[in-house]
Amino acid sequence: MYKYTEFDKAFLLQRNSQFRAQVQRRINGQLTEEEFKPLRLMNGLYLQLHAYMLRVAIPYGTLNSAQMRQLAYIAQTWDKGYGHFTTRQNIQYNWPKLSDVPDILDTLAEVNLHAIQTSGNTIRNVTADHFAGAAADEICDPRPYAELIRQWSTDHPEFQFLGRKFKIAINGAIQDRAVIRAHDIGLQIIQKEHKLGFKVIVGGGLGRTPMIGKTIRKFLPESDLLPYIEAILSVFNQSGRRDNKYKARIKITVHEKGIEDIRTLVEDRFHRIRPTYKGLDQNILESIKMQFPPPQFVKADSTHFEQTYETDPIFRSWVDINTSEHKADNYVIVSISLKGHGQTPGDATTKQMQVMAQVAEDYGHNELRISHEQNVILPHVHKSNLPQIYKALRNHGLATANIGLISDIIACPGMDYCALATARSIPIAQDIAGRFKALKIEHEIGPLKLKISGCINACGHHHVGHIGILGLERAGKEYYQITIGGDATSTAAIGERVGPGFSAEEIVDAVERLIYAYLDMRKEPEETFLRTYQRVGLAPFKTALYPKTALAA
Amino acid sequence: MSAHFAPRIVTANHLLQGGVIYLADNDMWVDDIREAEILTDEADAQLRLLFAEQQPDTVVGAYLAKVTVTEHGPEPQHFRDQLRRTGPSHYAHPSDKRFENV
Repeated sequence: MYKYTEFDKAFLLQRNSQFRAQVQRRINGQLTEEEFKPLRLMNGLYLQLHAYMLRVAIPYGTLNSAQMRQLAYIAQTWDKGYGHFTTRQNIQYNWPKLSDVPDILDTLAEVNLHAIQTSGNTIRNVTADHFAGAAADEICDPRPYAELIRQWSTDHPEFQFLGRKFKIAINGAIQDRAVIRAHDIGLQIIQKEHKLGFKVIVGGGLGRTPMIGKTIRKFLPESDLLPYIEAILSVFNQSGRRDNKYKARIKITVHEKGIEDIRTLVEDRFHRIRPTYKGLDQNILESIKMQFPPPQFVKADSTHFEQTYETDPIFRSWVDINTSEHKADNYVIVSISLKGHGQTPGDATTKQMQVMAQVAEDYGHNELRISHEQNVILPHVHKSNLPQIYKALRNHGLATANIGLISDIIACPGMDYCALATARSIPIAQDIAGRFKALKIEHEIGPLKLKISGCINACGHHHVGHIGILGLERAGKEYYQITIGGDATSTAAIGERVGPGFSAEEIVDAVERLIYAYLDMRKEPEETFLRTYQRVGLAPFKTALYPKTALAA
Repeated sequence: MSAHFAPRIVTANHLLQGGVIYLADNDMWVDDIREAEILTDEADAQLRLLFAEQQPDTVVGAYLAKVTVTEHGPEPQHFRDQLRRTGPSHYAHPSDKRFENV
């Protein structure tokens, strides 16, 4: 992974020292809250419902064991013993005290981590496929490009005060695991005539106006990456709206002006910018690429694994559900579920973080990843190590075999923490997971993406869930709308709202009705919920969801 | 007293700790909602809010929250304020102890 240079380290220490002084001035009363707020947001510090919240970037979701241990140390020392992994591959601490935050940032800097640009109207943490560098279907590891963009965008003077936040995601595999079509810019690595480049997608986003991104460039040569992104940002910065916060995203600019006009503006800007890039970026990219070598894959005897797989059905189920195909022989990718039934999606305790760091060190080439689905990934695991890994994880509540199933729910923090939320997400996720565990039909249902957001901002990606739940407030009470048919992959789609919302007491029953309707309608067990929806449409699900209305009609 | 003014309390977040606090009638900030001053007059409520807002070195985001007065003290009317009082619903004020053996 990328190793910080002296320049990177000095930059971070300087930023932290500046922030320490800013905090001190706020505490001394030399800065008002209005003056301080933009400064703290630039460093990832929010004030939420119960406390401050510090959002730490995990660039493109990649961590080593030392970094994970440091995250655990921070949770234990300055928080309440846990952290929350988010849909943007960040970790959020829910309880830091203002005066402790400078120390936390210095502690992060010791392992080359930071919270810069995890908030504010800037280019946010660049996210990537969590199987990057490991997946069997990978064309090229996206992380060096993500790191290049991180370096370029950090403190970029032109893009510190955009109309709104700006999110970039990059995927290097055939399957889109980075939800690139729901980002301001989505980059898909492709190969054309033996040359690497990008399909560039622009104007995707969720929130109150969900949009699937549109292709602005079918093939962008690798060497044009930064000038082209700069051109897009520059056009957005100039022509994006600033009159209305909710319309100040590039998806609105693209929607209002049309992709053709935006393309013309971007290409024109690109041709003016391109000559100013004289190759330094490419030299830096080459040096970054050298820092993402594949691990030294080992050869080992897998007999013990094969025997355990044959004789232990619970282990077998975990392997079948929670591991994915790796590019190297006899290797797999392990997904560690942070979705134990009844647990808070994405939360990990200090001890769990330490255990995952240790397992990665002992059996996983020292590498970990955070997925946008709020799980932790061991990208490089030799099959022979799976029994030991399973045992270590199981002892700490980390061996739930539910990856990709209905209880593997994405849920934002909702009103349990978030100052913007209109309803709670976490208890709904817990109740749904608990219900389907009790019904014992989770495995029968098969792959199903259920995503919950506690407000219209859609941090829980509900629009692209096969089943999406949006928590709102009506007459002083929480209620929940259901959408179905969303898709976060390369066939991305926005889910369709089924009908009126449900109270917190009704929503779990409603989801159960949807699921039983699906099980009744599917042609065969292999037909997923999404495929069934695409085949039969909304109407039968609506009937299942609102049986009384259907009878009355 | 205004005819149709629902009782209010002044609440905010503590600047240093970040935690939820309430304004008591002795001008002190308290953690326990039961000790909060109940404001039944609109003009009084606005004055107390101004008083809170004049303490930017102590509190952040002061506002008036509607309450119902009960024998146990003020009960927030809105579930958001109820959550601010009780903490996240999935962990009952989580402490390190809860996670020691996980």
